[in-house]
Amino acid sequence: MKVKMLSRNPDHYVRETKLDLQRVPRNYDPTLHPFEVPREYIRALNAAKLERVFAKPFLASLDGHRDGVNCLAKNPKSLATVLSGACDGEVKIWNLTKRKCIRTIQAHEGFVRGICTRFCGTSFFTVGDDKTVKQWKMDGPSCGEEEEPLHTILGKTVYTGIDHHWREAVFATCGQQVDIWDEQRTSPICSMTWGFDSISSVKFNPIETFLLGSCASDRNIVLYDMRQATPLKKVILDMRTNTICWNPMEAFIFTAANEDYNLYTFDMRALDTPVMVHMDHVSAVLDVDYSPTGREFVSASFDKSIRIFPVDKSRSREVYHTKRMQHVICVKWTADSKYIMCGSDEMNIRLWKANASEKLGVLTSRERAATDYNQKLKEKFQHHPYIKRISRHRHLPKSIYSQIQEQRIMKEARRRKELNRIKHSKPGSVQMVSEKKKHVVAVVK
Amino acid sequence: METVPEPGSNVPPKKDRLQTKKKKPRRYWEQETTGTAAGASPGPPRKRKRNRELRPQKPKKNDTSKKFRMSKKPRELKSPRPQRSLSGAQDPFAGPAPVSVEVVQKYCRIDKSKELPHPKTKTRSRLVVAEAQEEETSVRAARSELLLTEEPGFLEGEDGEDTAKIRQADIVEAVDIASAAKHFDLNLRQFGPYRLNYSRTGRHLAFGGRRGHVAALDWVTKKLTCEINVMEAVRDIRFLHSEALLAVAQNRWLHIYDNQGIELHCVRRCDRVTRLEFLPFHFLLATASETGFLTYLDVSVGKIVAALNARAGRLSVMTQNPYNAVIHLGHSNGTVSLWSPAMKEPLVKILCHRGGVRAVAVDSTGMHMATSGLDHQLKVFDLRGTFQPLSARTLPQGAGHLAFSQRGLLAAGMGDVVNIWAGQGKASPPSLEQPYLTHRLSGHVHGLQFCPYEDVLGVGHSGGITSMLVPGAAEPNFDGLESNPYRSRKQRQEWEVKALLEKVPAELICLDPRALAEVDVISLEQAKKERAERLGYDPDARTPFQPKPKQKGRSSTASLVKRKRKVMDQEHRDKIRQSLEQQLQKQEKAKPTGARPSALDRFVR
Repeated sequence: MKVKMLSRNPDHYVRETKLDLQRVPRNYDPTLHPFEVPREYIRALNAAKLERVFAKPFLASLDGHRDGVNCLAKNPKSLATVLSGACDGEVKIWNLTKRKCIRTIQAHEGFVRGICTRFCGTSFFTVGDDKTVKQWKMDGPSCGEEEEPLHTILGKTVYTGIDHHWREAVFATCGQQVDIWDEQRTSPICSMTWGFDSISSVKFNPIETFLLGSCASDRNIVLYDMRQATPLKKVILDMRTNTICWNPMEAFIFTAANEDYNLYTFDMRALDTPVMVHMDHVSAVLDVDYSPTGREFVSASFDKSIRIFPVDKSRSREVYHTKRMQHVICVKWTADSKYIMCGSDEMNIRLWKANASEKLGVLTSRERAATDYNQKLKEKFQHHPYIKRISRHRHLPKSIYSQIQEQRIMKEARRRKELNRIKHSKPGSVQMVSEKKKHVVAVVK
Repeated sequence: METVPEPGSNVPPKKDRLQTKKKKPRRYWEQETTGTAAGASPGPPRKRKRNRELRPQKPKKNDTSKKFRMSKKPRELKSPRPQRSLSGAQDPFAGPAPVSVEVVQKYCRIDKSKELPHPKTKTRSRLVVAEAQEEETSVRAARSELLLTEEPGFLEGEDGEDTAKIRQADIVEAVDIASAAKHFDLNLRQFGPYRLNYSRTGRHLAFGGRRGHVAALDWVTKKLTCEINVMEAVRDIRFLHSEALLAVAQNRWLHIYDNQGIELHCVRRCDRVTRLEFLPFHFLLATASETGFLTYLDVSVGKIVAALNARAGRLSVMTQNPYNAVIHLGHSNGTVSLWSPAMKEPLVKILCHRGGVRAVAVDSTGMHMATSGLDHQLKVFDLRGTFQPLSARTLPQGAGHLAFSQRGLLAAGMGDVVNIWAGQGKASPPSLEQPYLTHRLSGHVHGLQFCPYEDVLGVGHSGGITSMLVPGAAEPNFDGLESNPYRSRKQRQEWEVKALLEKVPAELICLDPRALAEVDVISLEQAKKERAERLGYDPDARTPFQPKPKQKGRSSTASLVKRKRKVMDQEHRDKIRQSLEQQLQKQEKAKPTGARPSALDRFVR
């Protein structure tokens, strides 16, 4: 007879002293872990609930401006430094870690229309209503020195926007036309026009650095190549585009913030249909900025809220609002992709977390593992109705909420009318136009 | 020195020796010479050829690239052959450790035979990625089996010896002292036949006698935690989620005691309870009563979740399926019905026996159910899908109590004898021909349970409690986070909080516990249809072919139409071809096979 009994030595399973960690032997045999799926589902449900519990995105409000904040700029070399220009011509430089203003400049008379930093981070440019372009040093003046711009260029017309080239000492302004300037010269290298309307913003492409995009008040978005004297092509939309923003990861993708409450993501190579129409705002979209990962962007709207959209989704994943925040005019996503800043009408700059329920600060490895696990679970069970409902729910101010309801009714009525029209006309004579194609009027080359 | 290698020997040792004799000893940092170079050194072609014959075969390149891939043909995942390193030393265990396909299969969770209907390309590519990840994780989990420390027990007779003839005393004599101490008898004649229950960790034992004697003890250290007499008949006893709480089915009502023997609750909604089952992941206490009701009590909030009328008279046979938490009830008409609290009707009814069902047991994988009836039959049923008996045998007395162990051993109590049958492994049904062990007790068996994580079978009988040694019954390696027999107080408290946080709601109990992770195809199709109706068109429908305009001057309207027509015709032809093929198949099926053709067939329509 050969016999072996299961006989465990307790010393192998119990810690020796109280200072040791408890021993936890593992066995991943599925029969020892029954109800794997229902338990994971419950864990996912708990994770979804906790995510909403911990969703406290608002971090700080930077106050000090004496008029509405009109433009924001990041410093490419310093995460903590932010520049803002206000409607009274004041420019402030902020330190985000201290959440304090470190410098104030009275830059222009009238609005500061645009502000941009040089790629090296040592100086910045502002344009204002007083028809000037000014270059300023990033560091403050030393003791006894006057606060003065490095250079001032006097123009003939009002400039409404400015952007700097990402690698060279070249910048572009817009107004009546798009001007491209060399930093060393007081007259533009070239100026490009297409039509006669005022251009509201101009943006350099961060990857294909010779490309520019601009949007004008005659409802078009025009693309330029800096190396040639004429514009490349333009697309005309239903309504005016306020700003555009290039995707920092995909050279040919840009997103346009439109007056018709929507954002349009375009592929530069095929402008006749946008890649995606992003709908959720209930008023004109005023500004848009991409996250440095190129997967998401944030948009600021006249409806007093900012929203975060994934690039490939037509609905927003997040909406931020407070009671005191008025019309949001400018928004920026910080370069570490963790924070969002927005400047609004009521003179404040607000700092938000990009991921509302994220824990800030250093995480221990166990915390990191737990959050990763929860994230994966939420992803796995995201389509289950209960979990979907919890993770999608957002509280909205009454004005926005009622606007959404109203617009839903309007949209439904339009759709019903279109269906009826199709039903009562000769088959094939009236076609259903998809949402993407609806808003593009024409593409001109 | 050119010689032809002898046939039949791969590496002729003689030649090797000759070569080494000629050579000077060489350090690894020196320039490699032709003798051992890996074919890279320049030399006359004749010499290189000889070298190739001498050296052992080189490992193939593609072996290492697909280290996680499994193939069906070789049963072992081969590691690449040892590679020669720079120093000339060989790594005898190069590459990842080999894993057998069967073990990997155990950890596999995706059923690849099921396919989604018409997935979009994006979904399909995502599925491919998910499947690859799943394969990798299952290989890793299988590889981690190397780290398991304990081996399962076994009992083998010398050649020809029947293990059933081996007595408990022999086993006790043969095994070590610690294991021998696990065999004991509690002689409690005066309080009648006993029911018993082990806690989930296998550390604690509770038993209750028909005449009111209730006791709980840490049976490994033999430390008594409480002992009371409830002065009432005790029908059944069961630990709740931890060893601190104890549910006792007494003559009238259900009572809950703590580990000091203090009565915490008297649940009057559950009266005349005959059998208790605790579902640990749902925190549900299922009670079967004389009145014919199956009642689910949520012990975490103290609410009755469901009270189901089985409409089959007195319920006295109940067990749970540990795989899916479905309750099996045995009835006096020979059927076994499967219940979930979400449904008012039984999920399944199986006719198992002629005459009443006496006992039911389900194994830990949820694949097999053993039943015994008044017809003296013992049957093992397949629970996955078919509900058909796999094996059956007649017992002279018929079994009154059945129990499965963690590794699939089946114990049956017949009168004062306990028989144990063993199968091939964990997931295989026990073979009922030859018993693995038998044991005669001092009284009639009244309760049976295998102790989790110990090779012990606890038997409650009219003479008290017997703890039998059954080598190979239990899972040798426990999971410390799931149920740890050696857990401390703090660990237990931690575990309790976590277990309560992930309490599975009672509505999720169904026959297939993995159903929650599968795609609900039916409602998906329904939703698609509704969406198309609402929108007025199907957004996922294929758009009709529209020819692209070609170069300027090349695409006249006529040519566009011609191209369009061409594609349309092709599609039309394909459709006709398909329908013809289907018709042919139908005809072939309809043809009577075997019967002789009759002259009158031509009139058949």
